[in-house]
Amino acid sequence: MPEPRRDQAGAKLGMWLFLYSEMVLFGGLFLLYAAYLHRYQPEFHRAAQGLDALLGGINTVVLITSSLFMALSLTALQTGQPGRCLGMLALTVLLGASFLVNKALEWGEKFQHGIYPGSPGVLALPPGEGTFYSLYFALTGLHGLHVLVGVVLLGVVMLMLWRGRLRQDHPALLENAGLYWHLVDLIWLFLFPLFYLIT
Amino acid sequence: MNPAGHPDAADDRGFLAPPGGRRGLGSWVFSTDHKRIGLLYLGCILALFLAGALLGLAMRLKLMTPGNELLAAQTYNAVFTLHGVIMIFLVLIPSIPASFGNFLLPLHIGANDVAFPRLNLLSWWLYLAGALVAFVSIFSGSGAPDTGWTFYVPFSQRTTTNVSVAVLAVFILGFSSILTGLNFVTTIHQLRAPGLTWRRLSLFVWSLYATAWIQVLATPILGITALLIFSERVLNLGLFDASRGGDPLLYQHLFWIYSHPAVYIMILPAMGVVSDIIPVFARKRIFGYKMIAFSSLAIASVGSLVWAHHMFTSGMSDLAVLVFSFLTFIVAVPSAIKVFNWLSTLYKGSISLEPPLLYTLGFIWMFSVGGLSGLAQGAAGANIHVHDTYFVVAHFHYVIFGGTGLGLFAALHFWLPKMFGRMYNRRRALAAFWVILAGMNLLYFPMFILGLMGMPRRYYDYLPQFATGQFMSTVGSWILALGLLLMFHNLYAGLRRGPLAGPNPWGAATLEWTLPSPPPRENFAQEPVVHKGPYDFPRQGGHA
Ligand SMILES: [Cu+2]
Repeated sequence: MPEPRRDQAGAKLGMWLFLYSEMVLFGGLFLLYAAYLHRYQPEFHRAAQGLDALLGGINTVVLITSSLFMALSLTALQTGQPGRCLGMLALTVLLGASFLVNKALEWGEKFQHGIYPGSPGVLALPPGEGTFYSLYFALTGLHGLHVLVGVVLLGVVMLMLWRGRLRQDHPALLENAGLYWHLVDLIWLFLFPLFYLIT
Repeated sequence: MNPAGHPDAADDRGFLAPPGGRRGLGSWVFSTDHKRIGLLYLGCILALFLAGALLGLAMRLKLMTPGNELLAAQTYNAVFTLHGVIMIFLVLIPSIPASFGNFLLPLHIGANDVAFPRLNLLSWWLYLAGALVAFVSIFSGSGAPDTGWTFYVPFSQRTTTNVSVAVLAVFILGFSSILTGLNFVTTIHQLRAPGLTWRRLSLFVWSLYATAWIQVLATPILGITALLIFSERVLNLGLFDASRGGDPLLYQHLFWIYSHPAVYIMILPAMGVVSDIIPVFARKRIFGYKMIAFSSLAIASVGSLVWAHHMFTSGMSDLAVLVFSFLTFIVAVPSAIKVFNWLSTLYKGSISLEPPLLYTLGFIWMFSVGGLSGLAQGAAGANIHVHDTYFVVAHFHYVIFGGTGLGLFAALHFWLPKMFGRMYNRRRALAAFWVILAGMNLLYFPMFILGLMGMPRRYYDYLPQFATGQFMSTVGSWILALGLLLMFHNLYAGLRRGPLAGPNPWGAATLEWTLPSPPPRENFAQEPVVHKGPYDFPRQGGHA
């Protein structure tokens, strides 16, 4: 058997294509958001007051910081410091997980007030406000799912690094995991103002 | 093991030989060899095509006479839904790219596999999983889906049939399609052999390239649309529910933003097949190589901006209707460029009417009729008259069955000898073609007239004035079925017992014909270096 071909540039190209497809996936929901915002501007502004901008803000800081650690982990690997790389990845995963916890608390609080998809509470809202919350749950839910996938993915990368299967001369896996993580981060940077700051 | 490149070894079964002594199913379904994956796809696609065709036959039988109650109304709804879902998502979307594309792309560019072989296998597994989930949706819950393949809201939200599971299947199949597209784009960028510049790519590869971009960039919209239908039903989001401030029209937009480009996923690879076959049997370099390659990309890009021509009667501003109608006419231009270039290639060529060329000519005829009737629908005024009638059904089947279907059959006749190393019976292949062509036209042409007379699509029953056309159409379906049986039987008998085909039975000039038939497992023993274009035939006549 020949040594498996490692095409680092190819792997990255493939990842970028995948990221384009992720953007289009979210793009469909953003399209719905745009159309409904156009139709229900006052309702969206009213409904957005029900969201806690402070919690959302904390989560924004958490994700941006995690992206920083992600970038640092790559630098660490490229400069030949696998131990440091592992540490940075652990911090990234930790922040990703705390984002999810924070999100779960936020959702839980909404659920307690009877605001969840299809709930009587949502049905009782005026049409546009109900639409706002449906979009909120759809978009942050899909995004949360992506964060969860990212956390698992980074866990796998850490495991491979631990076992020495990820080395300085072929960092594509780490780079790709990083690209994915940054994209998830970026999507949140759009979600945050669209839901929390349009009051 | 056999060293690659022994065209004279009569019993050399190439990649078909059990690898390392491992035989059986495992050596196929876990193989990352692009050739084996291509054949896996081909087998599944043809099997599902037969299933979809049987459903179509059942529908035609029910519609043969007015008042016929061969199928109950609810069953009839399920049958046309399944016919659509199977044919679109399980047969046509993967059809040529996943089967022939997988098999041929690395061979055409002088590579030993695609860029991500394991991802390629995952695509096939996802395809299989999607097919199984679709199958489950038929036989579980409270009945097979009855919404039509378009899953329009509000009906798809309210119906008690198993729509939730069916849209999950669509989501999985979409994911599989995205991964194939991503793999192909990367492969074409990264793995071309030395000397194989972009201008020396075969036009089949160009068409795969354009298709792959659509797969990557349009399919996610289908994914999110399927997920939204699922969440509408399961989580009761109400995003498309007018009584809760939602807008059902937005569903239609999302659906067609994918589903119009999807018809180019279906037709572009067939156009690539045609562009590769015609020069071989005209013994002439393709006319207008650059324009054909460019028109594939033009179709892919402009084709993503015309989706709302499916919604002229749904409620849109006049300006929007005008713009989408105009763009629809624009997108016909690159298709016409292709047709004219194919005909110019044939002009003064040294034509040998072998089966692949005959099926290709069938493609051009059917596609032209279908394409022109598409323009009739794209015109805003005429659209109002024929919207949701049999005219649309006729148009679509001319383009997609007559186009992609015949393109697939042409590919089968052209490349099966390469895949299996054996040749089918020429005369039977030619005879089967004429039966298929006659059947297709008798089946679908009356639908144009029925549509103009006002026969709505998907209706369970009809008025007496439509009876003649409906009857003719059903007779056509039998002739078509007979032709398909003849063709598949001949191909199967050929690949089992036919005479050895040799490495290059057609005298073609692309790289796969430099290998023995079937190709060896590792494709090229040495990386080929390319010095000439894909249509530079060795002993050319006076023409260049
Ligand atoms: Cu269309």
